[in-house]
Amino acid sequence: MRKKLLALEEHFFKLLMQLSIALIVLVLSLIVFSIFYRGLPALTWEMISQTPKGGYYFGKEGGVLNAIVGSLYLALGATLLALIMGLPVAMLMNIHLRKFKRLVNSIRFLLDLLWGIPSIVYGAFGFSVMIVLGVKTSLLAGIITVALFILPIMIRAIDEVLKNVPVGLLEASMSLGSNKSQTSFMVYIRQCSSAIVTAIMISFGRAIGDAASVLFTTGYTDSIPTSLTQPTATLPLSIFFQLSSPIREVQNRAYASAAILTFIILFISVLARVLSNKYNKNKIS
Amino acid sequence: MRFLKNERFLNFFMYLFLGIIIAMPIIIIAGLFYKSESVLHANSLSDLLFSTEWKPFQGKFGFYSYIYSSVLVTMLALLISVPICLLAAIYLTQYAKSVYLKVIQPVIDILAGIPSIIFGVWGILVIVPLISKYLAPFFGIETAGYSILAGAIVLSVMIIPFILNILLEIFKSISKELPQASIALGATKWQTIKYVVLRKAFPGIISSIVFGLSRAFGETIAVLMVVGNVAQIPSNIFQPGYPLPALIANNYGEMLSIPNYDSALMFAALILLVIVLFFNLAARMLISRYETKL
Repeated sequence: MRKKLLALEEHFFKLLMQLSIALIVLVLSLIVFSIFYRGLPALTWEMISQTPKGGYYFGKEGGVLNAIVGSLYLALGATLLALIMGLPVAMLMNIHLRKFKRLVNSIRFLLDLLWGIPSIVYGAFGFSVMIVLGVKTSLLAGIITVALFILPIMIRAIDEVLKNVPVGLLEASMSLGSNKSQTSFMVYIRQCSSAIVTAIMISFGRAIGDAASVLFTTGYTDSIPTSLTQPTATLPLSIFFQLSSPIREVQNRAYASAAILTFIILFISVLARVLSNKYNKNKIS
Repeated sequence: MRFLKNERFLNFFMYLFLGIIIAMPIIIIAGLFYKSESVLHANSLSDLLFSTEWKPFQGKFGFYSYIYSSVLVTMLALLISVPICLLAAIYLTQYAKSVYLKVIQPVIDILAGIPSIIFGVWGILVIVPLISKYLAPFFGIETAGYSILAGAIVLSVMIIPFILNILLEIFKSISKELPQASIALGATKWQTIKYVVLRKAFPGIISSIVFGLSRAFGETIAVLMVVGNVAQIPSNIFQPGYPLPALIANNYGEMLSIPNYDSALMFAALILLVIVLFFNLAARMLISRYETKL
């Protein structure tokens, strides 16, 4: 009797487990499907190829090219800045500071904590710094804020691979007479090239999708920025503003913009998989 | 690559960047604290935290209803997503073939990469009508759908990949010997999971929940779009609420003309930061203690 009950219980929970996995897959497909279902019909070539004309937000003609280009500028700049700052730190942690296990572990701990800070806090803090300095909203301010926001994940993604590189590689490289910098940027960099690609992709995805940190720092404009000091439109904010309009036409465009953003994100995650497989070749383990 | 020969130059930048990273949390906390000092002078801390009176023009800033909304939305979201994640993680690591996990992993990764604004749009498209047309009438309540519940559902989907990924790691890291011993003693698979695996994974499960909590607490745009943004103490979950991050996002930028308003919003950011850091710290401690034990 007891055995039967137990078997029944197992069956019941197994069913629940399968259901929850199905639910997760279903929800993801539903999200992608519903965005494309509403967005694609409203998506025209005009939306992608033009900036907003006068009266765009009342349903007149134009597109969201300003936001697409702005988002790409912002995400590219922030990812580049985060890479320039992050890669040396990841190398430093795993080569120069290799002997100081406790220190490196505390840095990892700190990075994980930083990664947990909500982006709105970065945005609000960045904005108040800008007020103190008397700077207006600009592409550069956005790039710096977003770069600081994605820096922890960038470092940790590279570090996670570097910390498993066998110490023999470091010893071999040093015994051949190269210094630590050469070891870092000529030997170790090949070991983590796939991790760097993944880190870039993750950071880029974060940077292009985050709205709360750019809300106050990048501002919003209808034209494509030509310098770092100009305010810049971003896709998430463009979706947000268009969606809060009461006019149906404009709302539809918000869904179309959402479809564009979703497409970019899906494209990045596929690209990340392909690239990281490709670069995995020159790794020893 | 001749510049690599001169180590001093590169080392300088390496340590400089590391220094910036280490200084960052301290600067942010100090900066937020410095900015919120004037509102802390004008109002007592208990007034700020436990009063519902929000009258910026009279200099009265009571955050209670905002904090209440934040906590309610976060708790509800966890209530929805934790059981789903737990069940899915157990199945994927204990029952399913490893091919299965290889198929699911990209799904989790894609879900983790979707921007919060997309979750918000999805919430408006699907969840809000679902609540106003089907769920609320079922309970005999009339609502526009923009509610605490809508925020919680959207949020719960958003934190699934975070919690699930940590849970998968934890279940994978449990040594095979103990469950094998349990099976050898005649326990069934299910008994082993219930009494051995789950018990062994318990601290990890708690920390994954705490992680999800701190993620959910700071989420801004997606929640802001569906939660209704009415500052009140909601009497049921079909009513709108107004969480802290939404308050900051909605009012920042236009607050400069009212004295102490920006200071109050900075204080809100500080509350957010302190709560999130506290929970993150607790979860990390739990996990690292757990890892050394294994």
